[in-house]
Amino acid sequence: MSLLIALRTINDEMRRKIKEISGQDISKCFQCGTCSASCPMEEHLQAPPRRIMTLIQFGQSEALDLLNTPWVCASCHNCMVRCPRGIDITRVMEAIRLLRLRQNINQVEPSNLQPEEVVDLPQIAMVSGFRKMTS
Amino acid sequence: MKLGYYPGCTLKTKAKNLEDSALASLEVLGIEATELERWNCCGAVYSLADDDLIHIVAPVRDLIRAQQQGYDTVITLCSMCYNTLARANELMKNDEEKRNTLNDFMDEEPDYFGDVKVVHFLNFLEDEVGWDKVKEAVKVPLNGLKVAPYYGCTLLRPKEVGIDHPDNPVMFHKFLNALGAEAVDFDSATECCSAYQSLAHPDIALKVSYDILQDATNKGADALALACPLCDYNLGRKQGKMLEMFESANEVPIYYFTHLMAVAFGVPIDRNHFELNRESSVELLKLKNLLSEVPA
Repeated sequence: MSLLIALRTINDEMRRKIKEISGQDISKCFQCGTCSASCPMEEHLQAPPRRIMTLIQFGQSEALDLLNTPWVCASCHNCMVRCPRGIDITRVMEAIRLLRLRQNINQVEPSNLQPEEVVDLPQIAMVSGFRKMTS
Repeated sequence: MKLGYYPGCTLKTKAKNLEDSALASLEVLGIEATELERWNCCGAVYSLADDDLIHIVAPVRDLIRAQQQGYDTVITLCSMCYNTLARANELMKNDEEKRNTLNDFMDEEPDYFGDVKVVHFLNFLEDEVGWDKVKEAVKVPLNGLKVAPYYGCTLLRPKEVGIDHPDNPVMFHKFLNALGAEAVDFDSATECCSAYQSLAHPDIALKVSYDILQDATNKGADALALACPLCDYNLGRKQGKMLEMFESANEVPIYYFTHLMAVAFGVPIDRNHFELNRESSVELLKLKNLLSEVPA
């Protein structure tokens, strides 16, 4: 994925909001990749967490918006317990999700779920899934 | 210690097998845990945003209920409930600013300062009961049963609420050994089954869970034991779909850890509600001669 980093592509507001919502200092990330190596969803991500951290550092919100990473993240906290810089990457992923969800954009539409699926899903799957994927 | 029991939503329906086998085992150990009155859903996932306190109201309300009803300790079975309640409790204990905001917001409730202790069942067995006492209660040792202990995420992470070391936990192993079973080490024991992604990305969830089961059986496990109803859904109930999708998929019997305890304690089989499991769970126990009677 090529990236054009110029003044006009840097979204400072996104950087500020992610820091505010997550409470994390993303500039501390030194790109070691421990998070990516620890992520159980890695093979299904369009970009690993390490890449997400770079995109935030450079304020690349348009590139960030195209990636499935925060939506495939299962909040397992593997990256968080292993980050040598002490960054809670799980909270960073949550902040990226919330930036979109707070614009009332649902990632999962509850009414589109199949009844036979709903009957079988445990309550905690529904509650947690809707908490993470709907506005 | 006055022990209150927080079941959580799923344990009353889809995971009745987790609740009932645990309560039956507690009876054998002579431990009294009373269900909290007027408990509500904990919210399943802990809020991870600094500016989102509203989602912490639900778990804190449960802890206030516990305190009001005179319990100093709340015991949980579901890993997700444990994680959410324990983290909310840590916040109320340690973050004065957020505690004040939450206490002010819930002005109809008494102020709460994180004084109730939240423990997971496994924690309780290790710290309060002791593995020796568990061993003494065993009537049917699970000899010859090789079980992969699957911790998943929410029992271990983040560290401040983890019941054991986040990367090298041993508590579940000790539990299985106390019951006479053999604990099989496997790399995926602390990996995530993909949790709520079964709702958003079912195909990914299926593959991630399948890989975990493959890892366990490759290491020689006969079965996998777990503590979370969402893990049970992803790794257990979805096995029919896995058998359809993946050529090398095999049936892997799944148990809640409390199932194995109830079987080893010789609890009547119906308390295990194996009808909520795939058939392989009962079949393996029969094969190993660990069940004396099986309901029709």
